[in-house]
Amino acid sequence: MSTATTSSSATRVGVPATTSSRATKVLGWLTLAGFAVLVALAFAWVPEDTRITEQGDVVGQFDAVRLMFVHVPSAILAYTGFGLTFLASLAYLRWRTDWWDMMAHSSAEIGVVFGVLTLVTGSIWGRPTWQTWWEWGDVRQVTALVMVLVFIGYLAVRRIPAEAAVKARRSAVIALVGAVNIVIVNRSVDWWENRTLHQQSTLFARKIRDETLFTLSFSFAVGMVLFAWLLLHRFRTAYLESQIEELEVQEALEERRAEADGADHGREQP
Amino acid sequence: MGTAVFRDAWLIAGKDLRVEMRSRVGLNQIVPFAVTVLVLFAFALDTDQEALRTYAPGLFWVTVLLAALLAIGRSFAVDLADGASDRLLLSGIDPIAVFGGKALAVAVQLVVLEVLLGAGVVLLFDVTVHRYGLLVCAGLAAAAGVATAGTLYGALVAGLGVSETLLPVLLLPVVAPVLIGATRAFQDAFGVAGAEGWAWLGLLAGFAAIYGVFGALSYGALLEEA
Amino acid sequence: MTLLGRFPALTGVDLDISPGETVLLKGPNGAGKTTLLRLCAGLCSLASGQGWVLGHDLSEERRMVRRRVALLGHRTGLYDDLTVAENVGFWAQAAGASHQDVDEALERLSLAGRLADTRVGRLSAGQRRRASIASLVVRRPELWLLDEPHAGLDQQSRDTVDSLVRGAAAAGATVVLATHELERIAVLEPRVVSVVGGMVRSGGGDSEGDAPTDGDRRVS
Repeated sequence: MSTATTSSSATRVGVPATTSSRATKVLGWLTLAGFAVLVALAFAWVPEDTRITEQGDVVGQFDAVRLMFVHVPSAILAYTGFGLTFLASLAYLRWRTDWWDMMAHSSAEIGVVFGVLTLVTGSIWGRPTWQTWWEWGDVRQVTALVMVLVFIGYLAVRRIPAEAAVKARRSAVIALVGAVNIVIVNRSVDWWENRTLHQQSTLFARKIRDETLFTLSFSFAVGMVLFAWLLLHRFRTAYLESQIEELEVQEALEERRAEADGADHGREQP
Repeated sequence: MGTAVFRDAWLIAGKDLRVEMRSRVGLNQIVPFAVTVLVLFAFALDTDQEALRTYAPGLFWVTVLLAALLAIGRSFAVDLADGASDRLLLSGIDPIAVFGGKALAVAVQLVVLEVLLGAGVVLLFDVTVHRYGLLVCAGLAAAAGVATAGTLYGALVAGLGVSETLLPVLLLPVVAPVLIGATRAFQDAFGVAGAEGWAWLGLLAGFAAIYGVFGALSYGALLEEA
Repeated sequence: MTLLGRFPALTGVDLDISPGETVLLKGPNGAGKTTLLRLCAGLCSLASGQGWVLGHDLSEERRMVRRRVALLGHRTGLYDDLTVAENVGFWAQAAGASHQDVDEALERLSLAGRLADTRVGRLSAGQRRRASIASLVVRRPELWLLDEPHAGLDQQSRDTVDSLVRGAAAAGATVVLATHELERIAVLEPRVVSVVGGMVRSGGGDSEGDAPTDGDRRVS
């Protein structure tokens, strides 16, 4: 009786000792190459942003516009990460498998990294164009800040030493509530200051130059490859961590059984 | 379901409030804390009466949120102190009733706190109330919003060992819309800014409704664990 | 198997208990007795294996189990700031019991009168335990799970605990208890089950021949 009650991981051989694989190597090199091309495009090909007004003044964002190729893809990756966390949390609550839990955790971490990058680059971009590091009247900026704070809280919960199932369930609920909250924050900040400095999405308004549009699209593509590369590595790290945990449980189980056997033995002896 | 849920929610709320009335932690610690925060704000803004009057709505609501953290933490600490939380699980009471009852008790405490703090703001910051109806409605709706969101997050962090530090990190960003809405509504009620107070009341009510539903639905999933 | 964090508190449980039976869990501290009792109450989850309590599956229907059992643990489950009567009254109402049930329970555990109106925080350990038991009696549980009910009590409270166990057993309830005071419940002639290092074995009793798998637990 009472053998093999846990799911057999201690004996599983062939658990890789690395998070690297052929897929991640390809993705990694693609990211690097894409990045090099992106830098070249952004600095050499895309012209600076200038416009001549009717009065004959030269206006525009000049070289600062090149920040767009970091800022906008970062924002998209952050939202992708949080969106994935939301979906994975929903899936976890539905199916209760570790896979979805690890997916939610991994994508949230990547989301926070890019969320912070979005805030930093946005702030740097805001300095020359809006003449301020931070603009409270801007809906997207404030929403992004609150969103990053919510998911930093989420990651704080993930780091608590607690029973795995309890932590996974509570984290999932926090992710769901957090995602709903982003919508509420967005609406309320919008009403709060009913004005926005942020350029309304200029992508489809044809005000944007072809070179800029192409480079921006290219930066999205590089961003997505980077995201996939990071996610694979992070997910595999999470998986290996869970394997370590399971090994520890197995070890504790052996000790516990030895304790029981020892007691049996001791009782039979005299 | 049905009336049993309301009866049980009422039972839980009554129990929580009775414990609070007996222990006097709210009266002896949370209220003095909140008043102290108001005084600190006055020190921070110097003796500028005009600034205090202008910012009174925002300062008031920041103070309420800080005090709410204590009240929410306490609501769960009382259950955890001697194993009553396990008994609640074993009682078979519908999780929706537990959530509703605890949120109601927190909301009642917040309303009492708001009344006391409101008197403090009128006295210390020299504000005058122009619209009493708006003031009362916004106060109630904001209390409901903070109580529902707070009870949900209080349950999320309860028993995790670091709940005192975790609750503020998680809850404060979430209740940011309440701070915005309630501050605007109070600015209108105090006549310090021409905000559309009643429209903001809609936001507050919507927030309370969303978190009420969300909390009631997810509370069962949180309670199913050991 | 039941995990507490990463610690496997219970590793192999093979135990059947029939309705109305009185079972004594025997074993050293840290053997897993408390976890076993909490598992039976539906407060712990099974990491693997299966179990049924009162006909309900422990993986799926823990809520159904919870409302039909009474667990007396190391903690009282009471609110220090409320009086004994208020505490017992609260848990009685939560279980749908009447005021009369409350009065009876208080009477039975010698808590009526002045003690009933005393705040639990001011009671002695023995009085607290009795108040805790009173708040369980009102639930009329079908399965009593008692974790060291005698520990740290004065003589009067010990006797009260004994009479409670006897009364519950006589009324046909199933009683599972962990205690070091073997002689106190010897009169009930309990079945002794040993718990060691997370392993639970029915004392060579009449467990069903077709008992399905390991890590299995059935309390009917």
